[in-house]
Amino acid sequence: MGMFFKIAYKSLSDRKASALMTLLALTVSISVLVSVEHIRVQAKESFANTVSGTDLIVGARTGSLNLLLYSVFRVGTPTNNIAWSTYQDISGSSEVKWSVPLSLGDSHRGYRVLGTNQDYFRYFSYGQKHPLVFAAGREFKSTFEVVLGAAVARALNYQPGDEILLSHGIASASFNLHKGSPFSVVGILEPTGTPVDQTVHVSLQGLSAIHDSAQYAGDPDSITAFLVALKSRVGVFSLQRQVNNYRAEPVMAILPGIALSELWQMMAMVEQTLRLISVLVLISALLGLSAMLLSSVRERRHEIQLLRMTGAPPWYLFLLSEAEVLLITLLGLGVSLLLVVLSFTAGQTYLAGHFGINISADIFTLSTLVSCLIVTGSALVIGALPAIAMYLRALRP
Amino acid sequence: MSVSLHDLIFSYSKQSPLLNIASWQIAQGEKVFLQGESGSGKSTLLNLIAGLLPVTSGRITVLDQRLDQLSQRRRDRFRADNIGYIFQQFNLIPYLNAVDNVLLASEFSQRNKGQTVERARSLLAQLQLPESVWQQPGKNLSIGQQQRVAIARALFNFPKLIIADEPTSALDQANRDVFMKTLMSLCDEYQSTLLFVSHDPTLASYFDRTDSLAMINNVG
Repeated sequence: MGMFFKIAYKSLSDRKASALMTLLALTVSISVLVSVEHIRVQAKESFANTVSGTDLIVGARTGSLNLLLYSVFRVGTPTNNIAWSTYQDISGSSEVKWSVPLSLGDSHRGYRVLGTNQDYFRYFSYGQKHPLVFAAGREFKSTFEVVLGAAVARALNYQPGDEILLSHGIASASFNLHKGSPFSVVGILEPTGTPVDQTVHVSLQGLSAIHDSAQYAGDPDSITAFLVALKSRVGVFSLQRQVNNYRAEPVMAILPGIALSELWQMMAMVEQTLRLISVLVLISALLGLSAMLLSSVRERRHEIQLLRMTGAPPWYLFLLSEAEVLLITLLGLGVSLLLVVLSFTAGQTYLAGHFGINISADIFTLSTLVSCLIVTGSALVIGALPAIAMYLRALRP
Repeated sequence: MSVSLHDLIFSYSKQSPLLNIASWQIAQGEKVFLQGESGSGKSTLLNLIAGLLPVTSGRITVLDQRLDQLSQRRRDRFRADNIGYIFQQFNLIPYLNAVDNVLLASEFSQRNKGQTVERARSLLAQLQLPESVWQQPGKNLSIGQQQRVAIARALFNFPKLIIADEPTSALDQANRDVFMKTLMSLCDEYQSTLLFVSHDPTLASYFDRTDSLAMINNVG
């Protein structure tokens, strides 16, 4: 056994240059595969965790995905608003534990501005029922106060006490900048890994003030959507039915969990494409490994004959070639895992800040183990080609 | 008898026979010089006696074992246990050092599994290979040194039969004489039968008996 691995190891190190190039190609492809798988699983988790504790999301009648996108992900433009009276009517129902109004539509340097009230900080939760936590400062208390998500504060380098201008529209270089509405930063939230990090929070009155600086006292006429939690989850479907049949105006209610999984299924195409690409990259690297070994079979013919003459059976040569594949693959796996851990550790804050997804640097999960086994398995399968060539070469003296 | 051939016929698939030997023997302990031009089927005959190739028909007995009745796997084991083989050149795995190249002989032998590094070293010392090159990879050794390591490996398992295929053709005159003398004295010491093939008739004087392949082979 000792001699077997010694031969495999030394024969590879005898071909250092080509072995290193092959190892490099393999390392790159394994890193891509492991990263894609890891990000996929983590993103799915992070995605499902964007909102928790909310039983229903209510908004103007539209597609359920559309409502989810603008209420939770702050993506897109709401087609219609709902009247403030509708919000009060539905949230006043005896089954409702709490509700949080959301009003969307404006932006500050590319970050979405969300009008809401103090209940948002009290009730909104994400992940495993994590509440929002302030990293600095406090919630807004008056019209011209603003609370920033972690990513906004970091990217724009805002501190509590800074004055910012909020504009109408969503482009970062919006033309109709409301020069008359300076807001002061009063609080910054801890990172959540959800779209909250990318959001600029103001009061509903503050949002009205951006549109029309003269008219911001009292309740707004309308809001975009609102989140509802029930005293008992048993009542979810009946309240949903009531909302959907609401007579005063066309509104709808969606269950965030169901809508989130619908949305994730739409992304399955992208997910599968990424997986397919990373598998193809791996296969091409493994074919490269096989080509390297295959091309060396001819130059190893004396070695093969020598081993045969000392009594090595032909399958010994087959196994020898596979052992070389295994050595290079395991080395590639080791280097790749190290690289991926290092780059995720380094890139974690960037990913959370720019994409709002929390990717853990702890890649030693079941899915990574499965990836590693698949890599090793396919390496041995594709590596069987040069191994068979060695075997056939061994059969004829 | 060490080697005994009867009505041996060998042909590579579907071609006309390359070898057809009615009867040929080597006695126990005998040193036989088999002369033959290149392309005359010398190496093929050696591969048959070593059990690397299966016979097409006929009987081939080596050390009282009918090789034509053994499976390939058992012929491989038989060879590992009983036959030491020296090639014309490329006798070493280029990236293994001299000691490991000698130890290779015990890797496939069931009988001599317990053989140690010490024995490999003492053999290399006996063959006067400078100790400075023992840990050198085979490719760094001179041809003369490589052929001496080859003798050490061939002898490592105390084989009853040693087969040498033109082992001196890559050596200069001085190295050739040293090689031949060393091989002969070690064959005596180990009481091994020696089958030595070469096209060079000047070597015949070292041997008990000289045969010509052209004489024993009825083909061509």
